[in-house]
Amino acid sequence: MRRLFSGIVGLSMLLASCATLNQKNQSRLDLIKKRNELICGVSGKIPGFSFLERDGSYQGLDVDICKAFAAGIIGDSERVQYRPLTAAERFTAIKTGEIDLLSRNTTFTLSRDSSGGNGLSFAPVVFHDGQGLMVKKNSGLNSLEDLANKSICVGSGTTTEQNINDAFESASLPYVPIKYQDLNQVVAGYLQGRCSAMTSDRSQLAAARSGFKNPKEHIILDDVLSKEPLAPASDGQDQKLADAMRWIVFALISAEEQEITQSNIDETVQLAKNNPQLKPLRRFLGIDGGLGEKIGLSNDFVVKVIKTTGNYGEIYERNLGQNSEVPIPRGLNELYNKGGIHISPPFN
Amino acid sequence: MKRSKKIFLQLGACIIFISVVGILINNLAINLTRTGLGFNFNWLFKPASFALAEHPLPYNSSDSYAWALFIGWLNSLKVIFSSLILATILGILIGLARTVKNSLLGLISAGYITIIRQTPLLLQLMFWYFVGFLSLKDDMFINIESIFRISNQGINILGLTLSSEFAALLFGLSIFTSAYIAEVIRGGILSVSRGQWEAFRSLGISEIKGLFSIIIPQALPAIIPGLTSQYLNLAKNSTLAIAVGYSDIYAINDTIINQTGRAIECFLILLISFLLFNLLISNCMEFFNRLIINSKKYN
Repeated sequence: MRRLFSGIVGLSMLLASCATLNQKNQSRLDLIKKRNELICGVSGKIPGFSFLERDGSYQGLDVDICKAFAAGIIGDSERVQYRPLTAAERFTAIKTGEIDLLSRNTTFTLSRDSSGGNGLSFAPVVFHDGQGLMVKKNSGLNSLEDLANKSICVGSGTTTEQNINDAFESASLPYVPIKYQDLNQVVAGYLQGRCSAMTSDRSQLAAARSGFKNPKEHIILDDVLSKEPLAPASDGQDQKLADAMRWIVFALISAEEQEITQSNIDETVQLAKNNPQLKPLRRFLGIDGGLGEKIGLSNDFVVKVIKTTGNYGEIYERNLGQNSEVPIPRGLNELYNKGGIHISPPFN
Repeated sequence: MKRSKKIFLQLGACIIFISVVGILINNLAINLTRTGLGFNFNWLFKPASFALAEHPLPYNSSDSYAWALFIGWLNSLKVIFSSLILATILGILIGLARTVKNSLLGLISAGYITIIRQTPLLLQLMFWYFVGFLSLKDDMFINIESIFRISNQGINILGLTLSSEFAALLFGLSIFTSAYIAEVIRGGILSVSRGQWEAFRSLGISEIKGLFSIIIPQALPAIIPGLTSQYLNLAKNSTLAIAVGYSDIYAINDTIINQTGRAIECFLILLISFLLFNLLISNCMEFFNRLIINSKKYN
């Protein structure tokens, strides 16, 4: 009897001591390398950004960013596991460690970035978007004012929901929000006529419209309700992973600036190796300076990244360019010296 | 000796239970502090800054999160209560149809129960909403002299407007639950011995009168517990509202989690609200059950 009792006490003490063992603060970056696989949270439902193709592969700008991260961190862009997530699931998935990072058309905002809010850390913006409204061409609706008292289909749990409210409230216009959890339901609600308009980021409206039976019967209104800088995100407490992600994105932009592409990367490396006077280029490609090591990557991470995905411009052309299935004019997403706002700090 | 063994065993079980719960709470606290998400309910009183399509009480987006949650609770209560009534009425009718001696009625009700019980509720809700309501075009009204009107914007009965989201959820939940209630009712009626039927028939009492005054009162004690668990299921199933765009407490919670990042607090609130709904239902049913048992004693 006593043995049973002491056994129980011993067991419970053992269990209690397990609980107080705090997990060591290890960076996800080391974990990704050890696992030799990157777990990337994507949407999987937005053509041009992340979309599940017929052959079972994921394609799009967000997916290429995942591949760039995998190439930079592990050295192999194929070692990526994609996790399709809804808008509501995505932040919890990062905080619980279910995914390493998020590349899922997520808007960079103060409350998401702050430790008092969602506690994330954002990489540089990979797509500058803005919220818009789509209506049927023959509806005669042309502006925000025309939509007063009308119902509008909106995805719940997104900044979209807050922006549409801010826009209508500041114009003192009443409206009826019909909220769905999923973009596909928003589209279905709009197409079935439950709402007079649907709202989302303009890129998503364009992507959704590309799948309609008659895309020309729908117009995206000129009113832009918000700026939506979309950026990859990771856990805010993990400085090391955040740094690596930040500089991989900057490498894509910087490579476009220097006109280094997937096809000329090998020549460029040779050129840099043979010409010691090309200091900035040698640092960028990891021949000198040891910049990669400082952020926990190999020194030639830029070369690996550009070899697999190409520079930012190539990624954009492939997924959203004029010849792609979801053409969106580059606009703000051009480089700073071509009329856009993408710029990379120096690799020094 | 036997007694002390029992006490020791129970004490041991208690200690194990308490330490497991303690470990879980301790882990939660440690991990929450580690990720910078310590418990905090101050955000409840900040403005919600989202609009709601349906609100039984005045609401606008500058009201607090707490008020938005309360509106969501009322919306849930509204849909739970009304589908509870509709499901009961439908369930009784179908349950009775299955027991009466009419082969056509029996066949129809058996078919109804089979179809409803073999398909998932989420699918049925989507069907009612996207196929049932939204496929009605704007100009394709069923319009009877402003008494009853139905379109893809909802139903309008004598000035009472039900949005298509609410109506789809109401029909979906009621029809789904009614199939289960019908089976509970049938089971209850079959539990009354055949002798009772033969007895009232031999006394010359009509089928309908015999059913309601002889059979049903005896079947009720077998029906009520099954009915209670169906009601509790209905309350929990109402969270599928999110699939058809109805702003119930779960949908509002979802938005708030996304805006504030306070997942654990929000889920606690959700847990407590559902505990409230279900305690309300089970206590009412318990009261009803006592009433029946007592009335039987004095018969």
